[in-house]
Amino acid sequence: MNKIYSRIESIVGNVIAVKAQNVAYGELAQVKTRYGMSLAETIRLDGEMVYLQVFAGGRGVSTGDEVRFLGHPMQVSFSDSLMGRIFDGAGEPRDGGPVLTDNLITIAGPSVNPYKRIIPREMIRTGIPMIDVFNTLVKSQKLPIFSVSGEPYNQLLARIAMQAEVDLIVLGGMGLKYDDYLFFRDTLEQGGALSKTIMFVHTAADPIVECLMVPDISLAVAERFALKGKNVLVLLTDMTNFADALKEIAITQEQVPSNRGYPGDLYSQLAARYEKAVDFSDAGSITILAVTTMPGDDVTHPIPDNTGYITEGQFYLRGGHIEPFGSLSRLKQMVNGKTREDHRSIMDAMIKLFAAYRDTLEKKSMGFQMSAWDRKLLKYGELFEQRMMDLSVNIPLEKALDQCWAILAECFEPRETGLRSDLIQKFWVGGK
Amino acid sequence: MTEGFVTAVNGNMVSVNTDGIVTMNEVAYIETGGKSLKSEVIRIRGTSVQVQVYEITKGIRVGDKVRFTNELLSVELGPGLLGQIYDGLQNPLPEIAERAGYFLEPGLYLKALPRDRTWHFTPQAKEGDVLRRGMALGWVPELHFKHIIMLPFDFYGEWTVSTILPEGDYTLDDVIAEVVDARGNARQVRMSFSWPVKRAVDCYVERLKPTEPLVTKTRIIDTFFPVAKGGTYCIPGPFGAGKTVLQQVTSRHAEVDIVIIAACGERAGEVVETLKEFPQIIDPKTGRSLMERTVIICNTSSMPVAAREASVYTAVTIAEYYRQMGLDVLLLADSTSRWAQAMREMSGRLEEIPGEEAFPAYLESVIAAFYERAGIVRLYNGKTGSVTIGGTVSPAGGNFEEPVTQATLKVVGAFHGLSRERSDARKYPAIHPLDSWSKYEGIMPKQAVQYAHSFLERGSEVGAMMKVVGEEGTSLEDYVVYLKSEFLDAVYLQQNSFDPVDAAVSPSRQKHVFKLVLNILASHIAFQDKEDARNFFYELRQTMLDLNGTPEDSDMFDSLYTKVEQALADRKPEFENRGLKAIKALE
Repeated sequence: MNKIYSRIESIVGNVIAVKAQNVAYGELAQVKTRYGMSLAETIRLDGEMVYLQVFAGGRGVSTGDEVRFLGHPMQVSFSDSLMGRIFDGAGEPRDGGPVLTDNLITIAGPSVNPYKRIIPREMIRTGIPMIDVFNTLVKSQKLPIFSVSGEPYNQLLARIAMQAEVDLIVLGGMGLKYDDYLFFRDTLEQGGALSKTIMFVHTAADPIVECLMVPDISLAVAERFALKGKNVLVLLTDMTNFADALKEIAITQEQVPSNRGYPGDLYSQLAARYEKAVDFSDAGSITILAVTTMPGDDVTHPIPDNTGYITEGQFYLRGGHIEPFGSLSRLKQMVNGKTREDHRSIMDAMIKLFAAYRDTLEKKSMGFQMSAWDRKLLKYGELFEQRMMDLSVNIPLEKALDQCWAILAECFEPRETGLRSDLIQKFWVGGK
Repeated sequence: MTEGFVTAVNGNMVSVNTDGIVTMNEVAYIETGGKSLKSEVIRIRGTSVQVQVYEITKGIRVGDKVRFTNELLSVELGPGLLGQIYDGLQNPLPEIAERAGYFLEPGLYLKALPRDRTWHFTPQAKEGDVLRRGMALGWVPELHFKHIIMLPFDFYGEWTVSTILPEGDYTLDDVIAEVVDARGNARQVRMSFSWPVKRAVDCYVERLKPTEPLVTKTRIIDTFFPVAKGGTYCIPGPFGAGKTVLQQVTSRHAEVDIVIIAACGERAGEVVETLKEFPQIIDPKTGRSLMERTVIICNTSSMPVAAREASVYTAVTIAEYYRQMGLDVLLLADSTSRWAQAMREMSGRLEEIPGEEAFPAYLESVIAAFYERAGIVRLYNGKTGSVTIGGTVSPAGGNFEEPVTQATLKVVGAFHGLSRERSDARKYPAIHPLDSWSKYEGIMPKQAVQYAHSFLERGSEVGAMMKVVGEEGTSLEDYVVYLKSEFLDAVYLQQNSFDPVDAAVSPSRQKHVFKLVLNILASHIAFQDKEDARNFFYELRQTMLDLNGTPEDSDMFDSLYTKVEQALADRKPEFENRGLKAIKALE
């Protein structure tokens, strides 16, 4: 067992090939180069040729370097001592703490049996009205934050990490700028959330293969905690870097690209990760929030596009606030019927009117005369942006609903809102 | 039995070396680490055979033994299918959960139909009867259906019944009859049999033209873009436009005997909703739970990719089986794009020359062949049975110009295109009334529908013009047309699927309300100005929305209906000639 191979047949990009026998697909190996030891994963078998993806990259690997197979697939240690720790994409400590080797678990395990899932039924309160009122976050949901470079998505993620009502946070960073990594660490530390956080961080300076490992390691750890009854929130940033890493590897592997250079299995690859979000019937849950920066602010780009088909809605972060249009929590219907009777109706009415406001804004910018109705809409839109959309607003759901009624009453007659008469009777501010 | 060994592994494609006889698309098992992993032969070149594996391939080694079965990928057909939840290979998921717990265990395959229960069999055929495949031997009660026990579909030619069991309780393993063909070959018949999923079931006299409407109880579909029993339709739409919600609503309310739901490569959460809620919902038509008329085939996005392709075929084969009993079956496939993507992944691994967007060149013919398995057929006993297929399409970037949408549009009879614009404005169902079409006859006369539709067209033109010239630059006449189209959209096209009353609207109620709407559309009213017109229509809209949420057999409904009629009459309208004709057509 564990025979050492000292002849590397080919090195293409980050993939090396050795002649070896009795190697399992997915098995891990150690490659010893003059720059140190690196892990490598078996990604293809062809006759006696074994193709390995070297975590530290192919640069500096020599054909005379040693390869030793470990006899097991990629694993990560799992125990309560993970709490408060920071690791890199290969599972090595990044915080100067001890290396953990006890209770190793395999990553990227099989999918949950759909029959063992339960219907999501609890909301996660965040104190952000654009989420709580309009697109409620639900336990076990998977939601991306679609954004563009330069937007405060990491700030939003950090804020959700601090305010959300969960037991444990796993933060997976992919291709993070070093400053952003430090920002997360410091913010969570100052907010006192670091002790309930586990971080797996791949920074932009680290080898690209490790980037691919981050979601799997993060989710494998989250899954174990969930099975132990914990409600885990997994924050991933930025999934675009993950997809780009997939593309890079696929192209060097000479795979036929499907759309803008991305591999044909991009959807399945992303789905395998996002679908780890789950609510176990008699244990804990995993909720996933993942930043996806849209290249060129284009939602039809393959990464956001495939993501949108997998996730249960999406938040758009644009111009420093969560956009009411396009943002959608598909699971909100599961919980917003149980919050307050007016929640659903007011949510729809507010959005419809806001859509009308945006139309009016367009007309106004083209220099048209504003009718009385237009002026009402303009006033409404302004109030909505101030009191609801601003990211600094931090109020509980019930207060936010009251605020909605207040805005409507300030701007409109009841019949102009399209709300059902019985709700108007009960909630209209000033009575109608 | 042919055997071989693994020579290469690349993702879910495994190459096998064998010198035995191998059949294209036959099932093979790869023996690795104490497990047998199911796979399907997809290419044969000399002694090298490529198989696609229906499981995660991690752990497979070069040299692992491979067992070929000489059988195509098949499903088991027989009593006990209804109410089941299967994966794409017809493994019952509840039993898998019992055995393996939370996670799907690779290599665990279970019998599709229960072996431990008995069915009360009543023979219909007698000894000496000559039968063809698909003809009835007898029947068993399955829930509230008379489940016909048929001569298996692979019994080609004519067979004479030599023995048949008397009425009694039997299990699926019991031989219930023996039949002999002209050459004296005897075969045994049990209550269940298997059939290869990729072969269409063809035991019928002839295929008929789909004419009878399939009522979905969604207004915009039944009135404007109807679907026929035995027809096909597709629902393409960008993500978040409500494809799955529309499918779920249809699966609950559609007036058919049996619904087969194929969740193909989509979110697990959506299937969970269906499979947890259906047992609780009572079907008003039968008084039994909805689950009793439903079969769920579920191969969600994180389950192995190769089984995705199998899942739509598994679903359509089960649909065809029930059609053979003279039932109307609706197959809802969500989403066919994921299935096409699975084909693309495999095609890439096979290093085939890619077509558009790297989809394989055979994409169109495969999609066409799948939809062609829908149809209404006349059976040997004179009865008709139908399979209707409704498939969602998830076009990349929401752009309908992509290969899967285009290939699908060529072969379907109705197109329900969902638009991002409508869903962003929370207009559900987000079926775009101007882009969508249907070639089928619906529940309403064409003339009435066309008249209403003309307002949507003109309204949209006025709306576009108003964006340029502004409200003040639009004539009052045009503005009223615009308001009418908005009104029609708000109170008739849009439907609240979360409202217990509005979620499902019967054809008679649709006609009743549509008549009222037509009256409003056809009326000429002398408004003072735009403000006056807008207020009038907003007032009407409010009442109509209240009406939509009120049960039809209540006093409240009648009084709201009268209120609208009165509001209209108060304005002393004159009626347009075309409108009057449309209303008359409705009566």
